[in-house]
Amino acid sequence: MLRIPCPHCGVRDEIEFRYRGDASVRRPAGEAGMEAFLAHVYERANPAGWHLEWWQHAAGCRQVLKVRRHTVTHEIGAVGLPGDDLPLPEASA
Amino acid sequence: MLRYSGFRLAYEALRGHRGWGPAWRKAAPKASYDVVIVGGGGHGLATAYYLAKNHGITDVAVIERGGIGLGNVGRNTTIIRSNYFSRENIRFYDFSLKLWEGLEADLNYNAMVSQRGALNLVHADGQRDLLARRANMMRLEGVDTELLDKVAVKRLVPLIDTENGRFPVLGGFLQRRGGTVRHDAVAWGYARAADARGVDIVEQCEVTGIRREGGAVAGVETTRGFVGARKVVLAVAGHSSRLAEMAGFRLPIETHVLQAFVSEGVKPLIDLVVTYGAGHFYISQSDKGGLVFGGALDGYNTYARRGSLPMVEDVLAAGVTLMPGLGRLRVLRQWGGAMDMSLDGNPIIAATPVTNLYLNGGWCYGGFKAIPAGGFTTAYLVATGAPHPLIAHFGLERFRDGRVIDERGVGPYAWAH
Repeated sequence: MLRIPCPHCGVRDEIEFRYRGDASVRRPAGEAGMEAFLAHVYERANPAGWHLEWWQHAAGCRQVLKVRRHTVTHEIGAVGLPGDDLPLPEASA
Repeated sequence: MLRYSGFRLAYEALRGHRGWGPAWRKAAPKASYDVVIVGGGGHGLATAYYLAKNHGITDVAVIERGGIGLGNVGRNTTIIRSNYFSRENIRFYDFSLKLWEGLEADLNYNAMVSQRGALNLVHADGQRDLLARRANMMRLEGVDTELLDKVAVKRLVPLIDTENGRFPVLGGFLQRRGGTVRHDAVAWGYARAADARGVDIVEQCEVTGIRREGGAVAGVETTRGFVGARKVVLAVAGHSSRLAEMAGFRLPIETHVLQAFVSEGVKPLIDLVVTYGAGHFYISQSDKGGLVFGGALDGYNTYARRGSLPMVEDVLAAGVTLMPGLGRLRVLRQWGGAMDMSLDGNPIIAATPVTNLYLNGGWCYGGFKAIPAGGFTTAYLVATGAPHPLIAHFGLERFRDGRVIDERGVGPYAWAH
């Protein structure tokens, strides 16, 4: 069971949240071209380690959060607002 | 290879079973091979077998980081079927079903192939229309299927509460040729048959790098030294992204976990595979008596092969809604498998950006039923360099060309497939 510390509501169980995917993916500029958009829509780093992801607190404040979570241990390293920059720990994957 | 037969069994029984040998050699890796297959699961072993049998390529190694049968081939719910909607998928999966039908004679191994039938339940008029359309597509491809009404469903599986308050059952969609296969025996049977044709099966050997020279693959770095190869096949579903990263490219894949469960053994209760789409639950009974069942993905990227508790509750709730009698049973074991979830929900059998490096992966949670056809067509691809007609639609270029096959119509979200 994941326990996600929502910055608005406090620590809550994962059942209140909805996963919304990889938060490291950035939409390219409009003129960036075919390959950039292909990578944006389909290609993923899919790390076995620290991963930045979106979680919506769907059964709580309904805000979208940025979460740094470890995909092997399920440890939650940091939770922030969408605009926050959550650095990935170096070489700790 | 010692051939298994009724006569042999009787002969060995009289001699105290002292004559049986190991089913395959414990091979040590050679300096180089024609083909190195990374991953000793169902698809890797089947690819090795069909390379040797269909194409005469026997200088092959299957490199497995653990032991044979300990990955996803030993973690699934053993179901085989070909009840798909898109024409390409019906053809591919039905080819697989036909190979299952002849598998035991081909491998000289009892894989306990049991065509007990696969039943999808209908809970809404719209769903019935959709499944009727799917059934028509299957009929057009010459694949068996039939639509059942509620009375017929109740007669087939009396345990189902067709009047349950959550998703009442209106009918069903039955493929009688579907069923189950003993999953471990699939791995052991292919390993034995590939070994008999000269394939080296190297266990306890983890690939740590992929060596490239001038844009082409040259071999793999392993925990037991470098192994050179003219061609390399990645068949490590669940970890395809890790291997792709070693080879310098990214894939349209995320790794997710799917859980499965088995109950204590009971007398025969369910004599086919039942799928409950609305609540996301499927169940069959093993030959040992345990009810084998599972549900949806946990729903977020993970390499931890254990599974989360909220999904345990979700699956059990769906099961008890459908079959209230299940509430009297104990769950004996629960486990999780790490899977490649591709971003269109379909597998990838294809050449990669690295010359002579091939990929068999992205199976989502449907890899088991595809093992014979996946191995057959991957071997064809490796031997000839061109995709077999049955897998032309499983290429990586489909994402670039906008020809993704989205059976469920949910878009490029791995956790939604």
